[in-house]
Amino acid sequence: MNVQREIQSYIVDNILFGEDGRLTEDTSFQRSGILDSTGFLGLITFAEEKFGIKIADDEVVPENFDTLRKVSAFVERKMNEVKATS
Amino acid sequence: MCGIVGVCELQGGQNVSPHELQRMMAPARHRGPDEAGIYLDDGVGLGHLRLSIIDLQSGCQPIHNEEETLWIVYNGEVFNYVELRQELQEQGHRFYTTSDTEVILHLYEREGPRCVERMNGQFAFAIWDRVNRELFVARDRVGIRPVHYAIHEGRLLFASEIKSLFTLPGLRRELDPVSLDQIFTFWSVLPGRTAFRDIHELPPGHYLKVSRGIVDIKKYWEIPIYDRQEQLQEPAETIGERIAELLVDAIRIRLRADVPIGCYVSGGLDSSGVAALATRRLGVHWNTFGIRFEQEAFDEGTHQERMASFLGSTHRQLWATPQRIGEAFAQTLWHCETPLLRTAPVPLYLLAQVVRESGLKVVLTGEGADEVFGGYDIFKEAKVRQFWSRQPDSTTRTLLLGQLYGDIFHNQNAKRFFQSFFGQGLDRARDPLFSHALRWGNTSKTKTFFSNELKAAIGAADPYESLRRSLPERYSHLDTVGKAQYLETMIFLSHYLLSSQGDRVAMAHSIEIRLPFLDYRVIDLLARVPSKWKILGMDEKHILKKILRPVLPAEIVARRKQPYRAPVVNCLLAGTSGESARELLTDDAVRRAGLFDAGKVSKLLTKLRTVENPSEIDSMALAGILSSHIIHQQFVENFPARPHVSIRPDLVVDQRAGVKAAVSA
Repeated sequence: MNVQREIQSYIVDNILFGEDGRLTEDTSFQRSGILDSTGFLGLITFAEEKFGIKIADDEVVPENFDTLRKVSAFVERKMNEVKATS
Repeated sequence: MCGIVGVCELQGGQNVSPHELQRMMAPARHRGPDEAGIYLDDGVGLGHLRLSIIDLQSGCQPIHNEEETLWIVYNGEVFNYVELRQELQEQGHRFYTTSDTEVILHLYEREGPRCVERMNGQFAFAIWDRVNRELFVARDRVGIRPVHYAIHEGRLLFASEIKSLFTLPGLRRELDPVSLDQIFTFWSVLPGRTAFRDIHELPPGHYLKVSRGIVDIKKYWEIPIYDRQEQLQEPAETIGERIAELLVDAIRIRLRADVPIGCYVSGGLDSSGVAALATRRLGVHWNTFGIRFEQEAFDEGTHQERMASFLGSTHRQLWATPQRIGEAFAQTLWHCETPLLRTAPVPLYLLAQVVRESGLKVVLTGEGADEVFGGYDIFKEAKVRQFWSRQPDSTTRTLLLGQLYGDIFHNQNAKRFFQSFFGQGLDRARDPLFSHALRWGNTSKTKTFFSNELKAAIGAADPYESLRRSLPERYSHLDTVGKAQYLETMIFLSHYLLSSQGDRVAMAHSIEIRLPFLDYRVIDLLARVPSKWKILGMDEKHILKKILRPVLPAEIVARRKQPYRAPVVNCLLAGTSGESARELLTDDAVRRAGLFDAGKVSKLLTKLRTVENPSEIDSMALAGILSSHIIHQQFVENFPARPHVSIRPDLVVDQRAGVKAAVSA
């Protein structure tokens, strides 16, 4: 499963309603306004459910969440953690 | 209340036919089921539908002066009519009815257009002066009663409701792209506009005069703005007493009627206050009415019931279930005559039916208190953000937001992002629209669903520019809270709340609402009260609570403000309503209407089918898109060519030259 593509799909379908021109790997969600508070909540819930991970409060920071590239990298790291401990 | 219609030739063309007037009146019958009247003169026609409230016996309209040279059709109640009538009688005017309508006519006779400045009430009326051949149409100060007009083929047409205007063949029926742009920003159009092209509303606080073929519109009142020096300097206790006495008087004169009156009680401070002051100070025993929701988040049942038992009132409740809301959405829209971004008007539509079924025609409500006394969260928010903008990095200052939105802040993730969300635009603290910029910016996200066609038609029109240009020069004298109140009163109150949640849905069931908090003396007095008494620290409506504390249960005064809302997605997309909605919003249908992007709408529907807690923006988008399509169908595509109802007038007055003497049916 391509994590980045899954996340991109989610955002394009549910936040941008198909309009994918605005989203690149490095577009800042906050600065572009693509994701607001509810949008981030939705993304976190999606990531937890889709990829079987648990995201802690203090992990919800711009370094982990502000671009498609960063979220994907973060999610992949978490998925590896789960694999390592199981 | 009542409904009015009229046609006035501007270029000396053909006469108006009674049949034309009857056709205009037919779709507005709900505004006046009791009686109907028509007036005709050369080049002019007036129609009236009556909901009889004062002077049940002889108040049929149109009404005339002693010489039968002035004629009025009137939708409204002027609550100080008793005092005005006395004055006029002392000056020799003679009356043939006991109605307030006749008082207005004589007041106009004596003072001309300035008569409106003496009127304390809610009104939309037209007066025809046969001698000077002038038409005068006026609307109350804040827009409690509606009147719309259009100029078509050399004639001025006016009516309480747009559907009356649309009965005229040849009149174009089309949604206005710039209006849609405003609705999907401000939740309503800006003053003067309607959702439809070339159909205007007479703005609140304005009158219109037709003389020698020229239509002239003038402002006679505006939302008061007082400088700091003009504000009341007395201590809060004294101010509080003055306001209390005025409120009681505002309620007292609004109890004037020849029919029994009820009261809406939501369980909130404002309506509870109205009801309690009336009971305590004026001895009123109430029939009260309230809305109940199955979902806890929306329901105020405990407080309503507490108030009902406290008042000793006979209380009736309307359960606004998702199914009922879904089923009544289209019918509500027919009455509101505009796309809506919320479903909140629907339970009020249903509640008015309960009032009707209980045999009442009039209710008092608490509307207007939030605007006048500083009740909305958006006012507090504005204060906090203003404070925050001076030190954007201060964590202490952002904690204030936590105070405001404590409940939403359970979720830590939400809290962090909420802070960044509210932190946006702090650098624009000096923008006159600062207080509302967030709300409107948020709402504007729904415009992503606009079709390319619609976007092109809107072009470069900027809703914020239009708004800025219409603000009075003195607006800059207001402080942050004052500006927020001004914007809320001018736009939200006058163009959304009083209409879609007020007059239209109540009138749909022939119910008249009366609003003591919008007595112009109350508005004026409160405008002179310093902001600190309205929002003291974070305590909203501080001075109102002070006034009401002695007459209300402590728990009602202490309640956290709960804005009135109704659920959206589970009402519109579930069950049979959901099926109708999906039929209306198929790719084909959306493409044909041309207003929204079919692909995006389809994705929104998919998302809403699966997501557990739809976001506010998605809910607004759904309501906005669906209601736009329904309005398009009802008014543009399938507007009924022939009326379902035929009007048989109880009174016809025909003063046209060449027609024999006036006939009474």
